[in-house]
Amino acid sequence: MTDAPAKIHAAGTPTPLIDGVEKVTGRAHYSADLPAEGALVGRILRSQWSHAEILEIDTSQALALPGVRAIITGADCDKTYGVLPIAMNEYPMARDRVRYRGEPLAAVAAEDEATAEEALRLIHIKVRELPAYYTAEDARAPGATLLHDDKPGNIEREVHHEFGDLKAGFKAADIIREGTYDFGEVTHMHMEPHAALADYDPERDRLTLWTVSQVPYYVHLMLARCMGMEEARIRVIKPYVGGGFGARTEALNFELVLSLLARAARGRVRMVLTREETFLTHRGRPQSQIKLRIGMTRDGVITATECQAVQRGGAYAGYGIVTILYAGSLLHCIYDIPAVKYDGYRVYANLPPCGAMRGHGTVKTRHAFECLLDAMAEELGLDPMDVRRVNRLDKPGFDGVALNGVWVKSYGLPECIDWVEKASGWRECKDNMPQGRALGFACSHYVSGAAKPVHWTGEPHAVVNIKLDFDAGVTVLSGAADIGQGSTTMLAQAVAEVLHIDLSRVRVITNDSAITPKDNGSYSSRVTFMVGNAAIDAARNLRAVLVEAAARKLDAKPEEIEVDAETFRVEGGQDPGLSFKEVTEAALKGTGAITVKGTFATPKEAQGGGHRGGAVGSTMGFSYAAQVVEISIDPITARIKVEKVWVAHDCGYAINPLAVEGQVQGSVWMGMGQAMFEETRYHEGLPQHATLLTYSVPIMTDSPPIECHIVESIDPNGPFGAKEAGEGSLTSFLPALANAVYNATGVRMTELPITPDRLLEAWTKKRAERARAQKGAA
Amino acid sequence: MTNTMMTGGATKKLLQLTLNGKPRTDAVADNMLLIDYLREEVGIIGTKQGCDGGECGACTVLIDDTPHLACITLAASCAGKRVETIEALADQGRLSRLQRAFHEKLGTQCGYCTPGFVMAAEGLLRKNPHPDETQIREELSGNICRCTGYVKIIESVQAAAEESAS
Repeated sequence: MTDAPAKIHAAGTPTPLIDGVEKVTGRAHYSADLPAEGALVGRILRSQWSHAEILEIDTSQALALPGVRAIITGADCDKTYGVLPIAMNEYPMARDRVRYRGEPLAAVAAEDEATAEEALRLIHIKVRELPAYYTAEDARAPGATLLHDDKPGNIEREVHHEFGDLKAGFKAADIIREGTYDFGEVTHMHMEPHAALADYDPERDRLTLWTVSQVPYYVHLMLARCMGMEEARIRVIKPYVGGGFGARTEALNFELVLSLLARAARGRVRMVLTREETFLTHRGRPQSQIKLRIGMTRDGVITATECQAVQRGGAYAGYGIVTILYAGSLLHCIYDIPAVKYDGYRVYANLPPCGAMRGHGTVKTRHAFECLLDAMAEELGLDPMDVRRVNRLDKPGFDGVALNGVWVKSYGLPECIDWVEKASGWRECKDNMPQGRALGFACSHYVSGAAKPVHWTGEPHAVVNIKLDFDAGVTVLSGAADIGQGSTTMLAQAVAEVLHIDLSRVRVITNDSAITPKDNGSYSSRVTFMVGNAAIDAARNLRAVLVEAAARKLDAKPEEIEVDAETFRVEGGQDPGLSFKEVTEAALKGTGAITVKGTFATPKEAQGGGHRGGAVGSTMGFSYAAQVVEISIDPITARIKVEKVWVAHDCGYAINPLAVEGQVQGSVWMGMGQAMFEETRYHEGLPQHATLLTYSVPIMTDSPPIECHIVESIDPNGPFGAKEAGEGSLTSFLPALANAVYNATGVRMTELPITPDRLLEAWTKKRAERARAQKGAA
Repeated sequence: MTNTMMTGGATKKLLQLTLNGKPRTDAVADNMLLIDYLREEVGIIGTKQGCDGGECGACTVLIDDTPHLACITLAASCAGKRVETIEALADQGRLSRLQRAFHEKLGTQCGYCTPGFVMAAEGLLRKNPHPDETQIREELSGNICRCTGYVKIIESVQAAAEESAS
């Protein structure tokens, strides 16, 4: 067949979410909304100790309470779980030792909530307290008690990577500058608190779990492991999920505890965590310190960089190894830097475990880099945008592989910079702002899916099935988890585009392990790139079947068939052609319902350099973003108001421009929260901000207009050229803001978030220094 | 509403109210929160709980046309009043102007905060059919969304207000 310009374009058209009506009418069922006739109430008993040896857990009194149906403790599960096969060191409920306040110790299933709560109070625990560490420094101090006996110095993982000739690079520099940057820990704070429903059938030894996961397949694997059940006896279903941002990219303790509890209670148990418990479950972005050096010529050319990252990862491994590797890997692939050295230290501490969060691993190193670059540009009298241009990655001779062996096959950063420069009026305005107002600028990038999955099985990265039956309805089956980002809509668009059919003909069924093909899940911005490609592949396979059927019926060759607007006709012919329904009927003759499959796999060359840890940060395509932030600062209170943001994001190709805009705006805004407001602080291991009032995310009156421009660099490997849109723009907000704060106040803030108290202190000092200098000069 | 009875240790009283346009009478415990009444007694789940009480706006409903947080409102306090939830807005399956705008303008992503936002905006538009952007920001500042950065929520409310003006 030939691809004539199509009349129906599902891809590239701004499209409301195909599951949006359910959301605006309140008909969407989230995990806590599922009908759960007769379900017991599950509650978790959590540790009040930061670090202790468990001597005894006495549940006898609680078990005797009428209405209590089951109680389980760490003794009921001796299997660990976690993310990487080499670093699973967490039990669903603590055994022998508890390592953070809030860690699950036991769980109760009871007939009602009051009984469950009362039972928790009747569980008696004896412990011997151990020294606890709340900072990376204390945990690494000589003689510190080890959280995990196999990890000396409480270091989960050290990374040492060096590419290029560092010595020569720094030698070639005209100036070498360095900085130290501190970052508070932040958390996802998705709007839906954690919740799940588990149904255990004791007669047939089968478990069904409905849960809030971004990675139902990984939950499935961990359930099988921790429960000692065959995978085939387990079914995991993801209902609507109220956001994730990375919090739900690993199996979480409550999902495992609840399933164990349902088996112990021999029935159905529902668990809805409080907001405080949701905070404790955490897996957020770790508190970190970044030390960074950059060498630069007088013309702004970067000659070398050296970076050290220390992350306080919390009590268990989780995604820790991946995070500390990402932080180094993503120093690459945005600018042309001939020599890069990275040393990373992931440290255990007696706090809730950190994990993956939107912009996983990149946010802090990128912030440090973009801030230091800004300072060096200023020192050299260069425009910060020009400095980025001078260091563009795709200089003549660039072969599409970055210094660390990772692919970069499309690069829209220069266009992003051009757009924000113009739209914000950067050239005219930046040095002519009124007192207390300023612009700031920075860039960022992010992967479109990790080229090597966490669980390497040899299967393709993504599989999509499409079913076509008597009704001529096209049903797409996928395990990709839509958590609000619009991946289900993207799949429908991709399939409709390839088949030249109306979007309304497509249904998408997702995330039921009994029905949909396995998918690795929604993390590392992999879904559009990988599952989108698999959907296109599946749709092409279906199209070939249909074209063949049409050719048979029209007495022509398949290559002569033209498809457009749900019509199949012979190329150049006058015949009205066949409708989609007629072709479906022809195709089904003799075969019945058709199911086709599409897959996507990354080639080995795209999976990163051969060095240890080289797979992390490898991807088939990077998104790029640039943004300019305009702020005003109150001279008395040092309160920052973000007046406006201009952001350009290179997503390769916007399959759904409406959703791309929504993702980019949401990313920028989330970056703003992290830059100015959010921090999860602890007092001796106890969260100080485990409510939505005290963990202060920006509200509407804090939030700026965000003007978004989509740059389409058409990646050669992306689905229709698309790359990721939901993470890359988060990161550049932070340095753009910090750079704007400098431009307004003359203060380089090196500690995030930049809260009014921190800024006021630094600014007051700066003003006093200036006054002294003026006095001295006079 | 003086009929009381004892069930399972909690004192229940008969509660009469108008819920989504229909009068109802239920035996409701004194300490039952409106959100639990809606979700567990009545069995409508559009009203969401996003926090541990009064912090996020996800449970916003209208009581006599004014937005209230169902998670810190006693069901009993609604006696004789008109309570409206997200389920009331669609007219015979047709989306209301705000629902349509939130859907078409992508004022909803994950959707969890959406019922609360739509009800808060409904309360605003009933009181002030043509709010300016500042008024929208101020009136909806008690509702938290973690997906949109609020940009498209504001556009949705503006679009709905314009539609009702035309």
